[in-house]
Amino acid sequence: MKVIVEPSKYRLPIARPLVGVAGKTGTWRLERPVVDNNKCTRCYLCEIHCPVNVIRVEPDAGVSIDYDYCKGCGLCADVCPVLAIKMVPEE
Amino acid sequence: MGLKLVLTGNYALAYAAKVARVNVVAAYPITPQTSVVEKLAEFIEEGELDAVMIRVESEHSALAACFGAALAGARVFTATSSQGLLYMHEVVHWASRARAPIVMGIVTRTLGPPWNIWPDHTDYMDQRDTGWIMSFAMDNQEAFDLTLQAFKVSEDPRVYLPVMVGIEGFILGHTSMPVEIPEQNLVDEWLGPRRQPYVVDGSEYMAIGNLALPEDTEEFFMDIQNAMEEARKVVVEVEEEYSKITGRPFKGPVECFKCEDAKYVAISMGAWSGDLMESVSQLRDEGYSVGLLRIRYYRPFPGDYIFEKANSTKGVLVFDRAISFGSYGPIFLDTAASFLKHTRKTPYIKNVVAGIGGVNITSDDFSRILKRFVHEVESDGVNVFEWYHKGKVVR
Ligand code: SF4
Ligand code: SF4
Repeated sequence: MKVIVEPSKYRLPIARPLVGVAGKTGTWRLERPVVDNNKCTRCYLCEIHCPVNVIRVEPDAGVSIDYDYCKGCGLCADVCPVLAIKMVPEE
Repeated sequence: MGLKLVLTGNYALAYAAKVARVNVVAAYPITPQTSVVEKLAEFIEEGELDAVMIRVESEHSALAACFGAALAGARVFTATSSQGLLYMHEVVHWASRARAPIVMGIVTRTLGPPWNIWPDHTDYMDQRDTGWIMSFAMDNQEAFDLTLQAFKVSEDPRVYLPVMVGIEGFILGHTSMPVEIPEQNLVDEWLGPRRQPYVVDGSEYMAIGNLALPEDTEEFFMDIQNAMEEARKVVVEVEEEYSKITGRPFKGPVECFKCEDAKYVAISMGAWSGDLMESVSQLRDEGYSVGLLRIRYYRPFPGDYIFEKANSTKGVLVFDRAISFGSYGPIFLDTAASFLKHTRKTPYIKNVVAGIGGVNITSDDFSRILKRFVHEVESDGVNVFEWYHKGKVVR
């Protein structure tokens, strides 16, 4: 299948997203979750509840969060039974 | 000369998609469209067409699948009808706003309720404000020709808009006529590879149809209007080129039948124009100076052609097989507006709405209506609107 891509002379309703649109959070997060891995019991509740699936819990290393994508919703902090996750204001 | 086959209108649409070498077909069955995609499924099954048939659960999904495939670079085709087209309507807008070249056959059928499978133009006319180029065939050869041309028009960089081709359900859809299919190598050469303004292939981030501010949004709309203006030239060029490879005559966006010297012209669109032609010929024999302008492209509306051919007549009678409730027939509204673009002194223009719900309008009916119109004009007593209900005048 051969396709010729020939730009239109008119504007098209396309946005070529920058950071922040392509799934990344950009600058708009207000609070970020901070984990105390000493308190954490490795129950995995935060991992399964994070709506953007950016929490990994490892038996040895504990909890890690990918802050590029974390939306700061606070769900992980809410579900943690031992209060090992705290939401702190974004700098 | 290519192959001559005896095909139904539905099969003519399928053959056009086949020789255009579509890559993807998605459709949901609906009477009277179903045999269009059944035929395409057969072509794919038998290895005559190298395409993917996506079986979907609704018409909304059918066009959504075609939309996605088109954005990814595929040449796509779908066909639908009536309630299915209405169900698809949201995506119909999406496709044109994203400037996705897509071709869709509309096998027209009256909208319910009451449930009705006979043809009129209501479902087709419901799409007139969606930003699609819209053509309408009078016979099965034209159903084939306009569909094949639709790919070329749709993929022209000056246009990049989707195209729908209308045929009347059952009247053309299920009636067989000889159809000439041009040779595949000629079509390949003429149509060329798929063209589109951008591809969504994962190589870069792209968002289609995301939030835009009011001024930007308005500009997208204005660009579609401008592309429609360009399409006026493109449909003519495409048909002229196509005439060269097929040897069939160029008809233009509006076909003139005995209209050159006519004092009265009728305007119509679709299969019933054949009956109207018979009636025009018969009235000519009886000494009436009548002619016909048959619309082949409804969007962009060929108002300038109509004005040019009909302005010097005494009366213009517009037949509509659809009604904009509380107003007039859609073709009449466009015709009247097109005259006002050029002149404040129009000939008498009258609208007759008829054939709704599949009511059969014969050449005798057309003759009766035309004769009455001529007499009305001669006596200065024209009603602007008439709903012709098999002889009964409702208003
Ligand atoms: S704050 Fe929300 S998005 Fe961020 S890691 Fe916790 S649950 Fe996930
Ligand atoms: S919910 Fe709390 S205790 Fe459970 S794994 Fe996450 S941080 Fe650790």
